[in-house]
Amino acid sequence: MSKAMLRRADAQTIAISFTLNGRHQELAVEPNELLLDLVRERLGLTGAKRSCDVEVCGACTLLVDGRPVSACTTLAFEVRGRSVMTIEGLADNGKLHPLQEAFIEHGGFQCGFCTPGMILAAKALLDENPNPTEDELKHFMHGNICRCTGYKKIIESIMAAAKVMREKRA
Amino acid sequence: MLRPFRLEEPETVKEVSELLGRFGETAKVYAGGTELLLAMKEGLVHYERLVNVKNVKGLNDVTLDDSMMRIGALCTHHQLETSPLLQQKLAALVRLEQNVANVRVRQVGTLGGNLCFAEPHADPGILLLALGATMVAQRANSKREIPAEQFFVDAYETCVEADEVLTEIQVPVPVRNSGVSYLKFGYLERPSVGVAVALQVRDDGTSILDTRIAVGCAGPAPKRVREAEEQLSGKSLDEATKNVSKAGEIAGRAAQAISDLHGSQEYKEHIVGVLLKRAFQNALSQYRAVQR
Repeated sequence: MSKAMLRRADAQTIAISFTLNGRHQELAVEPNELLLDLVRERLGLTGAKRSCDVEVCGACTLLVDGRPVSACTTLAFEVRGRSVMTIEGLADNGKLHPLQEAFIEHGGFQCGFCTPGMILAAKALLDENPNPTEDELKHFMHGNICRCTGYKKIIESIMAAAKVMREKRA
Repeated sequence: MLRPFRLEEPETVKEVSELLGRFGETAKVYAGGTELLLAMKEGLVHYERLVNVKNVKGLNDVTLDDSMMRIGALCTHHQLETSPLLQQKLAALVRLEQNVANVRVRQVGTLGGNLCFAEPHADPGILLLALGATMVAQRANSKREIPAEQFFVDAYETCVEADEVLTEIQVPVPVRNSGVSYLKFGYLERPSVGVAVALQVRDDGTSILDTRIAVGCAGPAPKRVREAEEQLSGKSLDEATKNVSKAGEIAGRAAQAISDLHGSQEYKEHIVGVLLKRAFQNALSQYRAVQR
C-alpha cells in the first residue's frame, strides 16, 4: 500500500520549516511521522540507518542543533525551527570532514553500517569537548554500537580527528 | 510503525490539564518521548491524542530556593548532567544523570517524563526517594505536593491523576555532615538493580543521625526501605558499618526482585546487598572528605 493511501482524509498536518544540511526546508508532516522516515523516505538521505529502532544502537543518529538524537524515535515535527545535520551534510563542498578523513585513514569501519551515526556522534563530542580523554570519548560514544570493529579503530580515528581539528583551530 | 494520532500543543499548565481532563484515557502527555514513543511504536499502547507539553514555559529551570532545589519537570537529563548548580549542591544526582541510558536519550528525555512513565528499570526515582524529594502535580486550578514515597504505585503507575501535570521536583539540598550515593548494576543501558543511600552524621562525628535507603529496578517500583534504615540510624559509625550487611539483606527482600533475563530473584537480592554496602561506604567517604 502506498504511503498516500495510508494517509487518512482527516489527517492533521503540521507545517514546519527547518534547516537541513545548511539548506532551508519547508514541508508538511503528520504528527506520527518519524524524523528518520522523513529524512530517508521523503528527502532521500539514506546515510542514517534504521537498525535497533529503540534508541540503543545509534545507527540513526542525526544532529539537531548540533546535538545527537535518535531519528528513529524523534517525531519529525520536532525539528521545526531547528537545524538538522545528516552525514550527507558533513563534507564541505566535496572536501571530507577531518572525522571522515580519519575514519578512512585509521580504518574506523568495516561494513560501514554504523559509520554515519558514529561520525555524527563523534562530531557532537568534539564540538563540545575538543580534547577528550579516551574515557570521556568512550562514555560519550557508548551508545553507538559497532558489530565489526571491536571499537579500537573507531577510538583511534576519533582521537586522530580531534588532534587534526585542534591543530586547525590553533 | 507509529499509528496516527492528533497532536495538541497547549501553552499553559491550565490548558494541558483541561485537555487531559476532556480527553481522558485517549490522551497522553508527551514530553521527550524517549519511552512513550517506543511503547507506541511497539503497539503496546495507543493514544488518539498526544499533548505536547514542551511549549509550556517555566518548566525547564533548575533553581535553588533557600535549601530547596526546584527542578522543572521538563528539564532534560542533559540539562541536569551539565547544571553547575546541581554539580555544586546535588552532585549525586548529576552523576546519576550522566549515566542515564545514552547521550541521545539524555538529550531529549526529561526528568518529569522519566518519573511519570514509571518504567521499573529507571534510576532517578530511587535517588529522589533517598533524598526525600517531593513531586508537584498541578491541575487547572489546584496544585498538590506528593512525597516521593507516595508517588510510585506500581510498574508504569504513579499516583498522578489523569488530568494532573507533574510540573516540578523539589529536592532538599543535603545538610552538612552528610553523604549521598546512588549505585546501579545492569547489562548495557538497562539497570537491573539500583540502590541509593543518603546519610547524615551527628555533629560530634560519632554516630549516624539519620539514613535513608531506597531500592529499585529489581522489582515493580522504587521504594524506600525503612526497616533497613533502622539498622544504621542512631548507630555508632562502627556499629552501622557492621550492620550494613543486615541492612542489605533486608533491602534485598524489600526490593520485590523478579527473576528475568537480567538475573534471578536471589541474584538481584544479593546485588542489592553488595551495592548497599558500597553506597554506604561511598556516602561515608563523602562525609569524611568534607571533614578534612
